This record gives sequence, structure tokens and C-alpha cells, in this order.
Amino acid sequence: MLAKRIIPCLDVKDGKVVKGVKFRNHEIIGDIVPLAEQYAKAGADELVFYDITASADGRVVDKSWVTRIAQVIDIPFCVAGGIKTEADAQQILKMGADKISINSPALMDPTLISRLADQFGQQCVVVGIDSFFNEETGEYQVYQFTGDESRTQKTSWTTFEWIKKVQELGAGEIVLNCMNQDGVRKGYDIKQLEQARAVCNVPLIASGGAGEMDHFSDVFQQADVDGALAASVFHKGIIPISDLKEMLKQNKVEIRIC
Amino acid sequence: MTSELNSQLNVIVDTGCANLSSVKFAVERIGLKALITDDIDIIKSADKVILPGVGNAKHAMANIHQKNLAPTIQSLTQPVLGFCLGMQLMTESSHEGNFSGELEIIDCLNLIPTQVKPLQAAGLRLPHMGWNTLTSVIDHPVFQDISKGDYFYFVHSFAVPVGEFTAAVCEYGTEFSAAIAKDNFIGCQFHPERSGNAGSKIIKNFLEMKA
Repeated sequence: MLAKRIIPCLDVKDGKVVKGVKFRNHEIIGDIVPLAEQYAKAGADELVFYDITASADGRVVDKSWVTRIAQVIDIPFCVAGGIKTEADAQQILKMGADKISINSPALMDPTLISRLADQFGQQCVVVGIDSFFNEETGEYQVYQFTGDESRTQKTSWTTFEWIKKVQELGAGEIVLNCMNQDGVRKGYDIKQLEQARAVCNVPLIASGGAGEMDHFSDVFQQADVDGALAASVFHKGIIPISDLKEMLKQNKVEIRIC
Repeated sequence: MTSELNSQLNVIVDTGCANLSSVKFAVERIGLKALITDDIDIIKSADKVILPGVGNAKHAMANIHQKNLAPTIQSLTQPVLGFCLGMQLMTESSHEGNFSGELEIIDCLNLIPTQVKPLQAAGLRLPHMGWNTLTSVIDHPVFQDISKGDYFYFVHSFAVPVGEFTAAVCEYGTEFSAAIAKDNFIGCQFHPERSGNAGSKIIKNFLEMKA
């Protein structure tokens, strides 16, 4: 049986792993390579490295750390942030990443998704979506440039319409980051993820809100996502991955025990 | 590690695909070396040959033909191990779609007489992406100490149906070949280079097996 995936996300800023609350006040967690190695050994099923400065700054970012990660870990990993062209994607994949994830550049030019899928294969094209629930309108809306608060803006897309669109264009996986929940550890946005699941026929990864082990079993059992992404609970040692996987297995969630 | 193994020439065929360095790093993690090359003479003289691949078969086969590598790979008698798309390239042909909506049949290397077809996932999500278990595995030096139930990392939407040359089986909506083998050629649909300890074991078994 295909196992549900536990995916630590390492937000990278200026070559260090950082974490902010609701996308703000980034604090340094540690060096990338030792953390990557530690997570692979601890039983992570996959890692995501998200260069949170890249998309917003519009500058060329040193990605040599991608090669250093590929050298030490034996699980798949995805690189996000600052990938705007086929050439950017090719560079990251050649360095040893298994997948590339695009977010704001896909919103600016949706055909980029198809071009990447045709050139590199659908399987390595992940689309990240930053979704915010607007209480006034009652709608889930897609935001862009969320790496930089001063540039963060609402797009014209509602979340579920954008999820449908990116699949038509060739997205091989969708990471849905529920911004209202991000960094506050109150649990995944099950309600939103259930609705996303209903319109998502490619793998769907939940992001934003993990704070306790039960949040993971809830999101797998209630929203049927393929993977659950989290950062601070792993970085701060609040949830050891091995304990989490044991608990999930006991709760009859299909999981890879290392 | 014996000196014989250290002096063995392991070659990774440069198919122009993106995961070449990942495969090289995986060999290095088990303490051996491998050379990425498209040099025909070096490939012919290798003790072990790895055929990596990721992405689409059309692109990879175009690279192989442009480098005139097909007759060389077809003439190899030493052990050859294909990874993912590299396994698919070992077959007669591969069905393939693109996001412009076309479906094509790509002629492959015809090392193992079988075909790659769209994975019949019975309504399950595609691509088949993530860690899945083997439901059966044949007795083969490459699979020494590998058991059914071991997890490997898969990422694909196309697969070889179970048949005469199936060496390992995985199930996702339907059963399909997780590995195929014929003579000196063996291919894995999963990514051994990204499959943790079990994947490393397969690479090690392959590099250590008697030619």
C-alpha cells in the first residue's frame, strides 16, 4: 500500500533554515545540510526546501546547497522558491533535487506549469498554493509573494479554481498552504483540505497548522491528503518523527516505519 | 570493501536526464565510485552500467539517439541496471502523453521485450507518487535481502504490466512491474537512489554481484 508521507519543510533564507510565525519574524533554526541529514535518518519520507527570499526579491540566489543535500540524503526532496523558468528548474534538478515547486511564477504565467511538465515530466512539477480564508467574503483566496510581507498580495484566483487549473496545466502534486493556520499550531485546516481533496486528482500535501501528533492523524483520516508538511514542530523537537509514525501506524494510517 | 570492487569500473550512462548526479551520489554513499559518461568506449569497457532516467521517454530517447548510444547499450553483456525512466527505456516501447494533449508511442531500446503502458490505477490519484511496498519479488542477486513488504520510492504514471519478465511486483489500483529483468538487464520502476536503506541495498547488491 502507498504510504502517507511525513514531510518536514525547511524554510531557507540566506542559506540558513529559518521559521517565522505567520510568515513573519524569521528566526534561524540551523544549517541546512546537517538538518536535512538528521531528518532523513529520523524517518522523514521527503523533504521540502523553500527559499523564502527568492520569489519576492527577484534576485539570483546561490543554490549550491542543493548539491550538498543531494549528496547526503537518500530520500526524495523538493526545492521551492525563485524558480521562474525552464532553465532555473533544470539547474535545480541537475543539482540533484527530485522535484521543483513553483508558486508566484505560476500565478504570473500559468503556462510555465505546462512547459515544465512537458520538459521534465509531470512527476517533478509541484505547485505550491498559499491560500487565505477571507471571513468577510467567505471565500478561500490565493495569495502571491508571501515570502515578503510588503509585497504579499491577493490574486484574482479562488483556491479551488486555481487547484483545478494547475492540474489541467500539468501539476504533478499540489501543496496547499493554509495561511490562516501557518505557524500557529492549532491543527491543519481540515475543512479547506477536504474541499481541496474533492477537486484534486493529483497528490495533495497539507501545509500549515501542525502542532500535535493528533493533527496528523486527523488530516490523513479526515481530509485524505497524501502527505502532511510541517516545520516548527519538527525543528523544535516538539514531535519526534519516529513517535509520530508509530502513533499513525497504531491509528491504522498507512505509514512507512523505518 | 575488497580492492576488486574498488577497481571495478561503474558507469552511469549520461542520458541527458536530470537525476544523473543523484545516482552518482547514491553510489558514493555506499563507498564506491561511478563515472557519468556518454563515451561509447568507456561504456563498453565498464564492469557495471547504470541507466538512469527521469522525465519523459521521448526526450531521453532523442538524447540517446543524438549521442548514438543505442547500438552500444544494446550490445552490452555486462550487468545493466535501469532506474525509473531508465527501466522504461529498456523496453520495446513506451506510451506517453504530454500536456498539449497528445498521446504517442515512443520506440525504446528493446532490451527486454515488454511495453510501458499508462498505469491503470483504478481511479486512484496519479502520478503514483510516494513510498510503496513490493507485493512480491523474485530470487535475483540484485534483490538479495530484499523482501516483500519493503518500501521503495515511486514516482510515475506509466508502468510495465505484470508479465514474463516481471522481477518484482507493486500494487497501486492494479498490480504492475516494480522491476523487470532479462539476461544481464534489470530495471526498477522505483528510485533506488531515493529509497533509503532498501534502495542502497539494491545498488550495493548490483555493484557487488558477479558479472
